[in-house]
Amino acid sequence: MNQTPHSEARERFDYAVIADWIPPGERVLDLGCGDGTLLAYLRETKNVTGYGVEIDADRVLGCIRNGVDVIQIDIERGLSGFEDASFDHVIISQALQAMHATEHVLEEMLRVGREAVISFPNFAFRANREAIRAGHMPVSANLPYDWFQTPNVRFFTLIDFEGLCERLGIEVRERLAFDDQGNAVTDDPNLNGSLVFYRLGRAR
Amino acid sequence: MSNSHSVGVVTPQRVRFDTPLALKSGASLPSFELVYETYGTLNATASNAVLVCHALSGSHHVAGTYGDDPKSAGWWDNLVGPGKPLDTNKFFVVGVNNLGGCYGSTGPLSINPENGRRYGADFPLVTVEDWVAAQARLADHLGIDAWAGVLGGSLGGMQALEWSLQFPERIRHALVIASAPKLSAQNIAFNEVARQAILSDPDFHQGHYVERGVVPVTGLRLARMIGHITYLSDDQMGEKFGRQLRHGERRFNYDVEFEVESYLRYQGDKFAGFFDANTYLMMTKALDYFDPAYDFGGDLDAALARAKADFFVASFSTDWRFSPARSREIVSALLHNRRRVAYAEIDCPAGHDSFLLDDRHYHALLRAYLENIAV
Repeated sequence: MNQTPHSEARERFDYAVIADWIPPGERVLDLGCGDGTLLAYLRETKNVTGYGVEIDADRVLGCIRNGVDVIQIDIERGLSGFEDASFDHVIISQALQAMHATEHVLEEMLRVGREAVISFPNFAFRANREAIRAGHMPVSANLPYDWFQTPNVRFFTLIDFEGLCERLGIEVRERLAFDDQGNAVTDDPNLNGSLVFYRLGRAR
Repeated sequence: MSNSHSVGVVTPQRVRFDTPLALKSGASLPSFELVYETYGTLNATASNAVLVCHALSGSHHVAGTYGDDPKSAGWWDNLVGPGKPLDTNKFFVVGVNNLGGCYGSTGPLSINPENGRRYGADFPLVTVEDWVAAQARLADHLGIDAWAGVLGGSLGGMQALEWSLQFPERIRHALVIASAPKLSAQNIAFNEVARQAILSDPDFHQGHYVERGVVPVTGLRLARMIGHITYLSDDQMGEKFGRQLRHGERRFNYDVEFEVESYLRYQGDKFAGFFDANTYLMMTKALDYFDPAYDFGGDLDAALARAKADFFVASFSTDWRFSPARSREIVSALLHNRRRVAYAEIDCPAGHDSFLLDDRHYHALLRAYLENIAV
């Protein structure tokens, strides 16, 4: 039951970034967990326990094949089956942009979790801006879909996201940005960052 | 499924227990017999045993056939067999007719040793807890210390859940499908209508109809008809029958006019021809009484604190008799207790009966979960 069949997970730098923020043995909840690869990776590298949440039937099947405990519910309707402060970290890896209820999901994450870890593609990344300037919706490493088939429904930038956090009383505890080659960027991350990561908590 | 995936011809077995069984109601059975079937081979460490629990009208005959009659296939034959989701090449699968049943285990049709007459209505009411206690005796008899899994749908799922509470050390995985931690008032109401249909049948004779050589066919038939309505979804009924007329025209009488009436009458007649009315009454009461939170002031979280098993919980989108919300109550309590649990809400049009169908996605989920159980 405990095998981790995805060796490629070790090569996914975004998983490593998230794992760096997760102390060993924690209880984590992964929202929009796909086939459970990240959770399986965290279980293997960090000895975490916890659950994935996923709505897509085939991905739920993938989780069960991977021995990942998955709960099939619609995150957009909230996490009503989960109790307050019952997880150390609630993760949403490159899935927030595909949900309509952005504020509700953020509030719920910090209700059931002590901290939230979020990664998303930055719409204001240089290559995306250039695509818009050339008259096209961007298609890039972290926004890989054509406009007519993208699952993404929310397009936002670092500045936008931090503005929303402030409005919701959410504190940014750490932020990391990476370019489309996976290199860390510190200079003007809203322009140079393609994929960004936030560690969030309730403002004290 | 080709025949090569069938467990083939099977033979029921019978075991007798002479140590009295104290029942939840306070009554006691001095001795009892259980009829059961097994498929596959128990391994040397007895770590590969899976118990399949039946629902209201099921039996110990889960898979395979009697003789060569393909019509005698077990009630969950699409799930159990070599290469099937519950793979008998890996698992030793046990099906048992529950206490109070009418397929050979001690029940209302059995002879009461105290007076040499059939129990009939004198058979004590047995509960899900009692069934599990009796099943544990069978596990002892078969040399099974702990089940690799206990699996059931509907009332069968309640037994899987109850196993995890009554014998936490004796079950490693509980597979609870299309089930509930307790019935809703609406659900009890449906059961009560079914019971009243039987109890008010003039041929019921306070439950001692067999001695009089009659069967309360009318009541049993009505009980099954109302049950059947609740097992199907509105959409599926609409799709299957719609307002189709039997004779292509309206005849303005009370004979079968609409196809759905024909279907219900057929199901009712078929059922009344073989099922025992006292067993039916008792099964519905077992459903009504099941409520592990009852002894915990209604607190399901507290009730499930004893469980140690890993769980697979599944519900079906169109099941309104045991709706997904009921399964989510179980999941919430398991989350509270930090149990390992996977929960799937399966999109299937067939209502409560979905759990018996070989829906591709449903069976893939079960196969995946069962494949990961170490034996």
